Amino acid sequence: MIRFVSIRLLRAAITVLAVMTFAFVVLRLSGDPAAVLLGPDVPKDVVDAFRAEWHLDEPIWRQYLAYIEAIFSGDFGQSMRDRSPALELVLERVPATLMLTVPALLLKIGLGIPAGIYAALHRDSALDRGVILLAILGFTIPSFVMGLVLVLIFAVTWNLLPSGGFGGWQHAILPALTMSIGGIGILARFSRSAMIEVMGQPYIRTASAKGVKWRDVVRGHALPNAAIPIVTIVGFMVGALIAGAVVVETIFSWPGIGRLLIVSVSNRDLAVVQCILLLIAAVMVVSNLTVDLLYGWLDPRLRAGAAH
Amino acid sequence: MANLVEIRGLRVAFDGMPVLHGINMDVAPGEALGLVGESGCGKSVTWLAALGLLPSKAHVTGSVRLQGADLSGAPRAQLEAVRGKRIAMIFQDPSSSLNPVQRVGRQLCEALRVNRGLTGAPARAEALRLMDLVGIPDARGRFGNYPHEFSGGQCQRLMIAMALAGEPDLLIADEPTTALDATIQAQILDLLARLRRETGMAVVFISHDLGAVAQICERVCVMYAGRIVEQGAVTQLFERPRHPYTLGLFEAIPRLYGPREPLVPIPGTVPDPRRLPRGCAFSPRCAQARPFCRDERPDLLDQQDGRQLACAFPLPGADPARADRKEGVLQ
Repeated sequence: MIRFVSIRLLRAAITVLAVMTFAFVVLRLSGDPAAVLLGPDVPKDVVDAFRAEWHLDEPIWRQYLAYIEAIFSGDFGQSMRDRSPALELVLERVPATLMLTVPALLLKIGLGIPAGIYAALHRDSALDRGVILLAILGFTIPSFVMGLVLVLIFAVTWNLLPSGGFGGWQHAILPALTMSIGGIGILARFSRSAMIEVMGQPYIRTASAKGVKWRDVVRGHALPNAAIPIVTIVGFMVGALIAGAVVVETIFSWPGIGRLLIVSVSNRDLAVVQCILLLIAAVMVVSNLTVDLLYGWLDPRLRAGAAH
Repeated sequence: MANLVEIRGLRVAFDGMPVLHGINMDVAPGEALGLVGESGCGKSVTWLAALGLLPSKAHVTGSVRLQGADLSGAPRAQLEAVRGKRIAMIFQDPSSSLNPVQRVGRQLCEALRVNRGLTGAPARAEALRLMDLVGIPDARGRFGNYPHEFSGGQCQRLMIAMALAGEPDLLIADEPTTALDATIQAQILDLLARLRRETGMAVVFISHDLGAVAQICERVCVMYAGRIVEQGAVTQLFERPRHPYTLGLFEAIPRLYGPREPLVPIPGTVPDPRRLPRGCAFSPRCAQARPFCRDERPDLLDQQDGRQLACAFPLPGADPARADRKEGVLQ
């Protein structure tokens, strides 16, 4: 078990380092912050002074080493716009993003999984077909279209909810709904197929043959086995809690991480972008790690496999 | 003595495709009945249908009576009360027939709780006794293990223990040894024979292994393409099979003793249930078949020697001189 966890931890650390390196290199290859921040008409000596101030004139490997070193001493750099610490800028946006993504995740889990299980247990019924149809619609319509349609219905036509901006919980409803619909569809489909697969297994027939009530066969034997693939998908969704809101935050002008990322990328605000990407990678990696550990808890066969 | 189970006119169709064409079968209390035939002939489907264990797309008609109570079309609760407690069933692939994410002890205790209301320490004690009874070494130590930590043979022993948990009147053993090595097969057969002696429960032994059937059973039903084609006492059928298909099954068994003789396989394959021959389903593969067989299907009729036979031109009976060659013909 210790070996299992430490291998996963090492792998997680390597993943984060790879993301950091990639982000660092690509950002520096894809444009000069001085040109964007200062504009095209600034004299060369001002540009040179700016580049020297942010060490952009040094060789890239030296910048990289300095960056890594700073990260390990807890310094995530400063915004090139106003010299405020990048980490603070990023962290103060986290609550706004979680205000959308957490309710969206709960909706996905709370609606998607039960719908999928219900459909599987009533396979080929009208309700099953209805669930499949809605699920396909849900995850094939892109969120920028879905968002606009919801705004058109609930904000413009019925005037029930605000069409965008940050405010009370009413402002969070439409963006959270927009974000959840695709995930509800995906989880419904996955739960349905996982459940259908499990219900066809010989051990389900065994449980019925020994006289267990149908409800208890589903609850006690089918669900624990179907949970394994479902947990994988939910794990991805948890990993996307921070990063998943870029498009929707932009549509609804929601001041979260996603918007900060868009603005910082277009401004070439290197430290802020790197900090956001690091945070996204860390959340993703931690959730994957949690899923791996959950597998072992859900499936004793994997526990045995991990020991070898 | 009254029969324990009486199956009458049992028909099963999947998506409109009939796979069982009216099965009549009786099981007496304490009796061991063998059910033989090639894969897909409906041996397992008969009993899965009787217990309501087929998927909902299966269309089942006919009657299944358990000591007078009609199980066909019975509400789910009534079937659940029969399963495990009156009629238990074990299956072909023991390793995948146990829930992989639940400890075997818990699965055993569940059967005890459902069928005998045992919980807690008494259930645990009884589960350990059953594991002992079916020959799991170190039952106490292995109570908390998962199915993947047992061999296939041990999994089948656990399945048998679980089936015994409800103290059933009838155990359906659906090819319990097919997935196992030859030596393990023999052990499982011995175990089933011993448990039957000790408990007095009836056994329906579904198999395509005639040797195994001979070891366990007193009576045999031979099935072909969803129908019973011959049935009678084991000694009767083994000494003098009269249906050409029954004979074919025997001739396809390798002999361990005596001179080496080539095996005689049954030519052809089992017919597709969607395209059954018009007459006798076995006629395309039958060496004895005559034009009559291709047009008319013989019914399963009682014979003088006590067996039942569905063949228009059966092989000679006990006394060939007296045997009426036409006795099986449709009337």
